[in-house]
Amino acid sequence: MDRRAFLKAMSVGLAGIAGTAFSATRLRAEEAGGHKEFMGVLVDTTRCIGCRSCEEACAEANNLPVPDISDESVLGKRRDTSVTQFTVINRYTTEKGNVFVKRQCMHCCQPGCVAACLVNAMQKREEGPVTWDTNCMGCRYCMVSCPFDIPKFEYNSWNPRIQKCNLCWDRIKAGKQPACVEACPQEALLFGRRKELLVVAKRRIYQKHKKYIQHVYGEHEVGGTDWLYISAVPFEQIGLRTDLGTTAYPEFTTGFLYAVPIVLLLWPAFLMGVSYITKREEEEEMRGGTR
Amino acid sequence: MSAKETPRAIKGFKDFMVFLRGELKPKGKIFTPFNVISVPVIVLGAVLIVYRFITGLSSITNLSQEFPWGVWIGFDVMTGVAFAGGAYILTFVVYILRSEKYHSIIRATVLNGFLAYVFYAGALVVDLGRPWNIINPVIGNKFGVNSILFLVAWHFMLYMMAEFVEISPAFAEWLGLKRVRKILSSLTLGAVIFGITLSTLHQSGLGALFLMAKGKIHPLWYTEFIPVLFFVSSIFAGLSLVIFEGTISHRVFRDQLDHEHRSSHNDIVIGLGKACAGAMFVYFFLKVLIFIHGQHWSYIYTPMGIWYLVEIIGLVLFPCFLFLRGVSYKNSNIIRVAAVLTMAGIIINRLNYTVIAFKWYVPLPAHYIPHWMEIETTLAIVLAEIWVFRWIVNRMPILRRPPEWASEEEKLQERPKFSRRTIPQWKKV
Repeated sequence: MDRRAFLKAMSVGLAGIAGTAFSATRLRAEEAGGHKEFMGVLVDTTRCIGCRSCEEACAEANNLPVPDISDESVLGKRRDTSVTQFTVINRYTTEKGNVFVKRQCMHCCQPGCVAACLVNAMQKREEGPVTWDTNCMGCRYCMVSCPFDIPKFEYNSWNPRIQKCNLCWDRIKAGKQPACVEACPQEALLFGRRKELLVVAKRRIYQKHKKYIQHVYGEHEVGGTDWLYISAVPFEQIGLRTDLGTTAYPEFTTGFLYAVPIVLLLWPAFLMGVSYITKREEEEEMRGGTR
Repeated sequence: MSAKETPRAIKGFKDFMVFLRGELKPKGKIFTPFNVISVPVIVLGAVLIVYRFITGLSSITNLSQEFPWGVWIGFDVMTGVAFAGGAYILTFVVYILRSEKYHSIIRATVLNGFLAYVFYAGALVVDLGRPWNIINPVIGNKFGVNSILFLVAWHFMLYMMAEFVEISPAFAEWLGLKRVRKILSSLTLGAVIFGITLSTLHQSGLGALFLMAKGKIHPLWYTEFIPVLFFVSSIFAGLSLVIFEGTISHRVFRDQLDHEHRSSHNDIVIGLGKACAGAMFVYFFLKVLIFIHGQHWSYIYTPMGIWYLVEIIGLVLFPCFLFLRGVSYKNSNIIRVAAVLTMAGIIINRLNYTVIAFKWYVPLPAHYIPHWMEIETTLAIVLAEIWVFRWIVNRMPILRRPPEWASEEEKLQERPKFSRRTIPQWKKV
C-alpha cells in the first residue's frame, strides 16, 4: 500500500506540475515584441496649442462620439480618458504659462496590463501597440496593474469591453500614421521608431537646453514607454507621474513566478516524506501496543 | 456489522430519485429566525444578480474606472479564500502529521472550505464583466501564462477538485455506495498533498496579484513580501474561522454529536488557539521587519498610519496575546473572542489591499465605498453557503460519526497497518 499510495500521490503531484509549471516558461513581457524596434510617438508639450484636433481625429478613427472642439470650457477641469475618449488634452497652468498635455495609453515597452492578462486579451504587438481582444473575461486586473490607469471598462454594459488607445494599430499596419498624429497642425506629435524618436527628443533638448527640462519622459519610466514626452516645465506639474520608477511592472511578479515551480516540486516531496515518517511511527506504535 | 447499518440499497436511477426527493425535504422547523432573515436576503440577492447580468456592473455596484475591484473581490474572494485556509492547515495536521486530536472536525472544515471556494469563485463570476469567457484560460483560448491571475485561476479550479475528493467519502457514505467510497478514500492522501501545495501557492498568489499595483497601494501595505504575508495570514485566518464555525456548529448541530466529540471540542479549540498564536506572532514579526526595513516611521503620524496601527496592534498583536492567554488559562472563551478579532483583522487587511489603502490618495467621495446592493449580494452569497452547509451536515456524516459499515470497512482494510486516523480516540478507550 505504501508504494501504491506514494505513486498515486506522486502522479497527482506530477499532473499538477504539468498543469501549472509552464506558468514560468515565459516571464518577461519584454520578449513579446521580438527584435523589431517599436513604433511610438514623441509629444513636444511646448508645441501643443490645445486645439484638440487629435481628440476629434481619434474619435472619428475609432467610431466614438466626436467631441465639439470649439468648446473650450472642457479645458477648465482635469479630464481623464474614458470609454468614449481614448485621448484627452488637459490644460495645466504653470510658471511658464499654460501647457497643454495629451493623455492616452503610453504603450509601455513591457506593459503591466499584458503581464496581468490571464487570457492574453491584452497584447503587445510587434509594431508597438498594446491592443485588447474579445476573449477577455472582464476581470479588470489590467486596470489594477496599469501604472497610468489607462484601461477603461464599460461598466454600464451587459457585454463590456476594455476601451483604450490602440495606437491605431490597423492604420500602422497599413503604413499610415495614427489618426491623432496626422491631425496635429502644430507637429507637436511625431510618429516613428522609438529609437529615432529618442534621438529627435534629445537633439531638441540639446539645441534648446535652456527651454527644455533635461529629461525625456518615457525613456526609462516603467521600463520605457513607446510614447515619449518632452517639456519646458517639470513633468509632475503637467500631470505625469514621476514616482513610478524605472522598473518594468511585469518584473515585480517574476520573483513570485520563479518560486512557483520550486514550490510545486519541493512541497509534495516534503509532505510525502513527513507522511511516510508519521505513518511508520504509527505502525511501530501499533505493533508495540498489540504485543 | 448490524443489519440496520448495511448500506442503503440504491439500485438504478429510480431509487436514487426517490431517495433524493426524500432528502431534499426540509428537516426540522421551517420558521426559525435564521430562515426568516436569510430567505429574503438570498432571494433579493438573486434578483439583483440577474439584474446585474442584464444591465451591467454599474447598475448595482459603485465600481469605477479608478477602483476596478470592490468588495466582491476584496471580501468575497480575498477574504473568503483566506478563511477557507483552515482546510489545508487541518488536512496537513490530520492526514500528514496524523494527529488524531483534530480528526473529529476535519470533515466539517474541509466541507466548509470546499463550499467557500464554490461560492466565492461563484461570486467572482458575478464580478467578471464577461463571465462566459471564464473558461478561456482552461480551454486555451490563449493561455496568459505570464499572469499571476492565470496561476490563481488554475489553482482555484484544481484545488476545488482536490477538496471535493477529500470530502467525497462522506457523499459516498450518504448514498451508501460502498465500492465508490473505498476508491474515493484511497485517493485522500494524494488529494491532500496536492491540495496543500496548491493552497500554498494560491494563498500567496492572491497577494502577489497586488505586486503590480505598486504606487497605488499605500507604502505601509505595499511590499515585495505581500505573497508571504498573505500565506502566513491565511494560516491563522483559516484556523480562526474553524474556531468560529466550530463554536456555532456545536450549538446548532448538537444532536449530530456524540458525547466524546462534544467534550473533546474544548481541547481542540485550545490547540487551534495555540497554533493561531504561533502563526500570528510570525506574521507580526514579519510585519515589523518590513516596517523597519522600509523606514516607514514618517507614515505613522498620518491617518493611514493610525489605521495601520489599528490593524497591526489592535487586530493582530492583541488577539495573538489573547490566544496565548486563552491557551495558558485553558479558557476557550477567550480564544473564541480572539478568533473573532482575528477574523475582523483579516477582513480589514484584505480590504485594505483592494479598497481602503488602494489609492488612499483619492479622497472621498471619489474614493470607492461599496454600494448597499454589493453588500446585499455578498450577504446573500454567504447565507446561501450556510444553507448548503446546513443541508449537507444534516444529511451526511460530516459532524456525526460515519456509518458503522464505513468504519468497519476501514478497519478491515487497514488492519495490518492500523492507521490512527481511521479509528477515533473514543473507540480505543
